[in-house]
Amino acid sequence: MSEKKDLKRIEQEKERWEADTLKPTLKNTPERAERFTSVSMTPVERLYSPADLAGWDFIREVGFPGEYPYTRGIHPTMYRGKLWTMRMFAGFGTAAETNRRFKYLLEQGQMGLSTAFDLPTLMGYDSDHPFSAGEVGKCGVAIDSLADMEALFDGIPLGEVTTSMTITSPASVLWAMYIAVCEKQGVPYHNAGGTIQNDILKEYIAQKEYIYPIEPSVRLVTDTVLFGAYHLPRWNTISISGYHIREAGSTALQELAFTLADGMVYVEEAIKAGLEVDAFAPRLSFFFDCHNDLFEEVAKFRAARRLWARVMRERFRARDPRSWLLRTHAQTAGVALTAQQPYNNIARVAIQALAGVLGGTQSLHTNAMDEAMALPTEEAATIALRTQQIIAYESGVTNTVDPLAGSYYVEKLTSQMEAGAWEYFRKIEDLGGMIRAVERGFPQREIADAAYSYQQAIEREEKIIVGVNRFTADEEPPIPLLSIDREAEARQIDRLQQLRRSRDKDVVMRSLDALRQAAVGRDPWGKDLLMPKILDAVRAYATLGEIMGVFREVWGEYTEPHII
Amino acid sequence: MGAEAERKIRILIAKPGLDGHDRGAKVIARAFRDAGMEVIYTGLRQTPEMIANAAIQEDVDAIGMSCLSGAHMYLFPRVIELLRERGADDIVVFGGGTIPDEDIPKLKAAGIAAVFTPGARTTEAIEFVRRNVKSKAV
Repeated sequence: MSEKKDLKRIEQEKERWEADTLKPTLKNTPERAERFTSVSMTPVERLYSPADLAGWDFIREVGFPGEYPYTRGIHPTMYRGKLWTMRMFAGFGTAAETNRRFKYLLEQGQMGLSTAFDLPTLMGYDSDHPFSAGEVGKCGVAIDSLADMEALFDGIPLGEVTTSMTITSPASVLWAMYIAVCEKQGVPYHNAGGTIQNDILKEYIAQKEYIYPIEPSVRLVTDTVLFGAYHLPRWNTISISGYHIREAGSTALQELAFTLADGMVYVEEAIKAGLEVDAFAPRLSFFFDCHNDLFEEVAKFRAARRLWARVMRERFRARDPRSWLLRTHAQTAGVALTAQQPYNNIARVAIQALAGVLGGTQSLHTNAMDEAMALPTEEAATIALRTQQIIAYESGVTNTVDPLAGSYYVEKLTSQMEAGAWEYFRKIEDLGGMIRAVERGFPQREIADAAYSYQQAIEREEKIIVGVNRFTADEEPPIPLLSIDREAEARQIDRLQQLRRSRDKDVVMRSLDALRQAAVGRDPWGKDLLMPKILDAVRAYATLGEIMGVFREVWGEYTEPHII
Repeated sequence: MGAEAERKIRILIAKPGLDGHDRGAKVIARAFRDAGMEVIYTGLRQTPEMIANAAIQEDVDAIGMSCLSGAHMYLFPRVIELLRERGADDIVVFGGGTIPDEDIPKLKAAGIAAVFTPGARTTEAIEFVRRNVKSKAV
């Protein structure tokens, strides 16, 4: 009861302050704007106090780190025990070139690998396919077969590093290639650790690297979840990703809500396929954006953990606390980088990275300053990595767990984020669940609307972007950019055609036939599991395009509804 | 003549190549539409042939292409080539995306009338189209 009395006193004091102190100030010096909003265009109040947290219960909402509902972090000691994994995304040209960048990054103190693939690979085409012309090795490394994967990880002991692979539609195939390289290196399955992105729903929503219709695609994802649960206990079989949703222009809340809604679909599907929730849920991981609005981002991470813990425990009845944990990777917002005055991006990335760290991320990629224009040079990527190291070792923010807890503003934002997400979950359920909602274009439209209103706010100068709509410079000295060797495409095509000539064609054909049969049938109890068949095809040096082509043949391709 | 003057500017917004980043394309498509133009959006994954065909069939005044995959040096000029082959080089072609400064003069030499990089305002693109399409009509 004394709490209520305190709150009453605070509210009275606030009213008094508004009359005595605030009002005269506003009269003399009005505020810079009539309304203040976050980068997501959410209204922000002048001041937050305990009066904004009426009914808020510390134990229920925040509690202690390493315990339900994990608002404060998934580990009891967080970065006092172990820093986040500094994981820089890299890939360009051929496998041999990216292998050199990987080795360089490991020498610079990077702790885990993260692979960027080129668009033909992401779309399941071989490098010599007509659609691949001009794209080979451009925005990532080109991988056509196991031979390329062997070159990519040549001299890198896969039992000692963990590897993240940013790939979705063909994730099962690239994962099979990685597993096959582990076999060749003599690394036992249970020692292989890493992540495949494999979040197909966000492709239809935002990233748009889908190939097949939604249902068979979700089946392929579920297949990898099953295979991982049986054979690769250290592998994160899905990285449920908000990053691309945000980069497509969503708000922080939309990113949070749609990502968790996608996650719930994967949980439901794996349960339908016969797995116990606790047999796979601990291997689900997440991937969020960290944008410029520091406090909003921190609130998003904290709300994400709390929501997922509640969903897993209460909705899916998971009993293993590891199933309740939202483990996440984070990447600074590429969309927030500017081509104008590119050095300014170093400061943006530092703020965004700080948001990820204050939000309690498990691993982090920091973008390089030149990424609004090209893939990063080695120097630019090094500055981005050093930015993380400065936050880790110099800023002091790692000394205590969840340092922003108890801030009236941050706690209020966290609660608002959570409430807003539940609201979206209800809307999605009303539409018949997330798969139906995506088919109807609901999240796509929400995101397109948010992206457009943000762009308009910039053009009206309600939102200021330094160097773009204020503090601009006429002449800007050029910065060095990485250019992808134009010969890489020809070299890669050569390599692929040589492989096609040298492998045992009968073995390839037999493996592809077996895969086709499995793709046609559907037996979730194992007979028609696709992963073992994909592995056989990969071991026979079937190409990515051939394997994905089998599924294209059986399942057809997806065309999206046009939503502008 | 009056009908000619009142004809709305028709513009094709296209995503060439395999790149799926469509935030920019959608934002600019909406901005053109809000500026009173007729906008046709191709959707994703269009080959240069598909884009040139659509532009001719839809009788557009301009094509805006968006590419964030780094393949612009192949894809953009290829569309121009195809338009020329088919006698449709009166269509104004411009582009946008993650395009290094050093590529811009080369793209212009290949016939891309303007290049808008991250941070460009939609109003710049709208003004550009109005100016260039109008001068063509005279």
